[in-house]
Amino acid sequence: MNAVPQINTAPLLEVEGVCKSFPKPDGGELLVLEGVNLRLVPGQIVGLLGRSGSGKSTLLRCIAGLAQPSGGALHYMGKPIDGPADGISMVFQSFALYPWLTVFENVALGLEAQRMEKAEIRKRSLQAIDLIGLDGFESAYPRELSGGMRQRVGFARALVVHPNILLMDEPFSALDVLTAETLRTDFLDLWGEGRMPIKGVILVTHNIEEAVLMCDRILVFGSNPGRILTEIAVTLPQPRKRLDPVFRELVDRIYVEMTARPKGPSAVASKERFPGLGIGTVLPRVSSNLLSGLIETVAAPPYNGTADLPKIASELQMEIDELFPVAETLQMMRLAEVEGGDIKLLPEGIAFANSALDERKKIFARHLQNYVPLAAHIRRVLDERASHSARKSRFIDELEDFMGEEAADQTLRAVISLARYAEAFAYDDEHETFSLENPT
Amino acid sequence: MNRTGPFAFVRDLATRWDLIAAIVVIGLLAFATEASHGLFEPLAKLKATPMSLDPINLPFYAARTTLRMFAGLFVSLLFTLTYATWAAKSPRAEKLLVPILDILQSVPIFGFLSVTVVFFLSLVPGRVIGAEFAAIFVIFTSQAWNMAFSFYQSLRTVPYELIEAAETFHLTAWMRFWQLEVPFGLPALIWNVMMSMSGGWFFVVASEAVTVGSTTFDLPGIGSYIALASQQGNLRAIGWAILTIFLVILVCDQLIFRPLVVWVDRFRVEQEPGSWLPQSWALTMMMRSRIISGLTAGFYGIVRWTSWALPRPKRIIPRLPQHVNRRMDLLWFSLLVLVVAWAAWKIASVLIATTSWSEIGQVSLLACLTMVRVFVLIAIASVIWIPIGVRIGLNPRAAEIVQPIAQFLAAFPTNLLFPLAVYAIVSWKLNSDIWLSPLMILGTQWYILFNVIAGATAIPNELKYAAENFRVRGWLWWKRVALPAVLPYYVTGAITASGGSWNAAVLAEFASWRSTTVEAHGIGAYIEKATTAGDFHRIILGVVVMSLFVIVINRILWRPLYYFAERKYRLT
Repeated sequence: MNAVPQINTAPLLEVEGVCKSFPKPDGGELLVLEGVNLRLVPGQIVGLLGRSGSGKSTLLRCIAGLAQPSGGALHYMGKPIDGPADGISMVFQSFALYPWLTVFENVALGLEAQRMEKAEIRKRSLQAIDLIGLDGFESAYPRELSGGMRQRVGFARALVVHPNILLMDEPFSALDVLTAETLRTDFLDLWGEGRMPIKGVILVTHNIEEAVLMCDRILVFGSNPGRILTEIAVTLPQPRKRLDPVFRELVDRIYVEMTARPKGPSAVASKERFPGLGIGTVLPRVSSNLLSGLIETVAAPPYNGTADLPKIASELQMEIDELFPVAETLQMMRLAEVEGGDIKLLPEGIAFANSALDERKKIFARHLQNYVPLAAHIRRVLDERASHSARKSRFIDELEDFMGEEAADQTLRAVISLARYAEAFAYDDEHETFSLENPT
Repeated sequence: MNRTGPFAFVRDLATRWDLIAAIVVIGLLAFATEASHGLFEPLAKLKATPMSLDPINLPFYAARTTLRMFAGLFVSLLFTLTYATWAAKSPRAEKLLVPILDILQSVPIFGFLSVTVVFFLSLVPGRVIGAEFAAIFVIFTSQAWNMAFSFYQSLRTVPYELIEAAETFHLTAWMRFWQLEVPFGLPALIWNVMMSMSGGWFFVVASEAVTVGSTTFDLPGIGSYIALASQQGNLRAIGWAILTIFLVILVCDQLIFRPLVVWVDRFRVEQEPGSWLPQSWALTMMMRSRIISGLTAGFYGIVRWTSWALPRPKRIIPRLPQHVNRRMDLLWFSLLVLVVAWAAWKIASVLIATTSWSEIGQVSLLACLTMVRVFVLIAIASVIWIPIGVRIGLNPRAAEIVQPIAQFLAAFPTNLLFPLAVYAIVSWKLNSDIWLSPLMILGTQWYILFNVIAGATAIPNELKYAAENFRVRGWLWWKRVALPAVLPYYVTGAITASGGSWNAAVLAEFASWRSTTVEAHGIGAYIEKATTAGDFHRIILGVVVMSLFVIVINRILWRPLYYFAERKYRLT
């Protein structure tokens, strides 16, 4: 790990030991963010990188004053954050523009709330619109604009209040690749030239390349509970080139960090890294098409059984949020192994790739039964009952001992999808019933 | 269109909150009856300007009727903005307010007209204004509930990021209400205002000429005009009145509601491409003349000014300490217990103490008769309008022409036609039990038609092509393609039609022409007769039994059907 350069300036933002938990339906607490520390000094862009569910957006909302942490302290310019602070503004993933206001009115809204003079509002709004390249669009309504132009309005609206800190919540992820790239470049140009009235930026993203492209420091988040796994400083000068070997090396390194098995035999961590140890594991919903597709791709040349995850990701055009769950499901079912940024097929995975559909289903069914305890559990319950059927609510109740309501539902649906492919058991959604019968 | 489903708020068949709400509502009704009963006797006969059947007076009468309508709408809007907001913002209040709204929605308040009339007359004895208040109140009760529901629903579904954006920019609660929550709820609200106006014409016409016991009043308006015309048996005058109301509705639609619907389209958060976009020549005109931009600028000026005048709130509302919160809960629940106990006592003292079980049985039997009528009529209307609606909906050009006409017909107050029907029944000596019934559904059948049209229009083109491609035709096409696709829409329409028919029963089962009265056996006739006789205990018994029937039918038939259709057949 590179040493983080020490900058001798007063920090804009200090986050110390922040935790966040939500009450569970059974009365317990669900920890989503654990002991997070973060310092933002002027002139820096700090990236919070992680998969969905790693608590990075929750942290951002705490900083924005939209959510209250359950523990720890947040300070903005030395003052505790106890609500949305003047001087911190935010750009949203879905733009969050008011459809009934024009571009100008959307931008002016933040200044109106500050009770500024009408002439001053007008002057500053037009300045921001000008800066962000929206000249000529002042009287347009959001619905008339493309996604890229809408997000520009989002930026102008955030900048017009002259914030010290700009928070960005996956601001480019709802845009197409080309538009996102243009917006990133424009943003970095303005930032590099110091033309924006901001001192520091916090960027939430799940796109590794975006983080390396834009940030001075990257905090890599892990899940269950959300926490900072590692911190990586990016010292490459701007503008950065994606094909630069140093850039590639950094991307590879982050992949390794994000797929690394945890150090030490900690129970919590092993549950997460090597799932399949108990029925209380949260499972991602993954299509069986993606599972067999990834196995086939890795089995075929040029990979021949072992592939570099960043390469696979760019070849298949998949974000890590899409790729990792697939790879991890394969790992959980012992069809592949994921480590050090690589995915490697196990012998059974290779056998799967070389088989016809019937044989594939047999392999899949065997592994589902052996390595996914929840599937084995459901099957056992169905076998034991005379009616060979069981209500969904029965299993939901069991799962809710381990996880939240939503996660329980998602996990059960994930198992249903896997079991349908393996033809292990049937599920009737209309009556919310599991059974061993095949539908007629 | 952005519709709010009839039961979009709670899925359970019945919760204890429903029961509590029912007790509170019925108790209030009982209280109102008793209160007005006491004030009933000393009330002098209202002296209003005598009505004239000269058609020259019709524009004036029409203006009075329309004015009453908009007064009712204004009160409904005030109610919506406060009641729905309260329900959406306070979890404590929400638990009671939402079921109350649902019960009120099911109560055929119309049967209660007499009570409200006497109550308001007694507030301002001997003045026309009291009768005006009563009429406006009736209109309010016909308009407010669905508007409040739609707004409550909108408040609950404001996208989270829009709220967060408002918070990061320090919008005050007042500003947030006007800049975010109201605009967000506006498309659904305006749609419901239109529906309310449709229903409202029926009520405004009926509430103008009222006889309760020995009290009779005629407010100048189209409704009184019609009442006088049918009393004198003047067919020409009835024709003039129908023409007038036709024009009034057309003008309101073209000058107010169509422009509004087109205008609020910009407030929609998600833009569904290809959805029906209405056109309005009036809006284009107003936009060019800058009337609307001037009005909105002025309105937001006021919002900004009032918002600035208010003190800027503290950042985070401090969470109340647990013990204070628990004490508040305790207070709230003891208050609730008191109210429920009071309501239960009222029901007992007014209703049970004065009514025999045989009377209750008899009224229930009459309600069953009305129920059979409603179901048979809905079935007949469905058999007629589903095939026609699907055909129209599949032809975009036809749908474009027919849809506004169907909506327009739904607004037409069919009680204007009742005298004609009675005239026919009397002259041809028809069976009133059968031939009065169609009047109940005359005005409400259009809801089935235009919902089915909307459903058929919403079928994606590719589904239509697929059916053609696989040669799915005839009955198979209806069974597998058309009927499932329109079912959620049809159910929504049928629910509205059924509710409206129960309400119309009060007028339709008991009608008169000159001095001849024609009556069908049913709970509507029972209520109407009790009203004319000024028999308050019978009125409240009738209304309560009718309400219970409507509520139970909603809970065990319509609501499950609605969820079934939504879950299984909604194309998203």
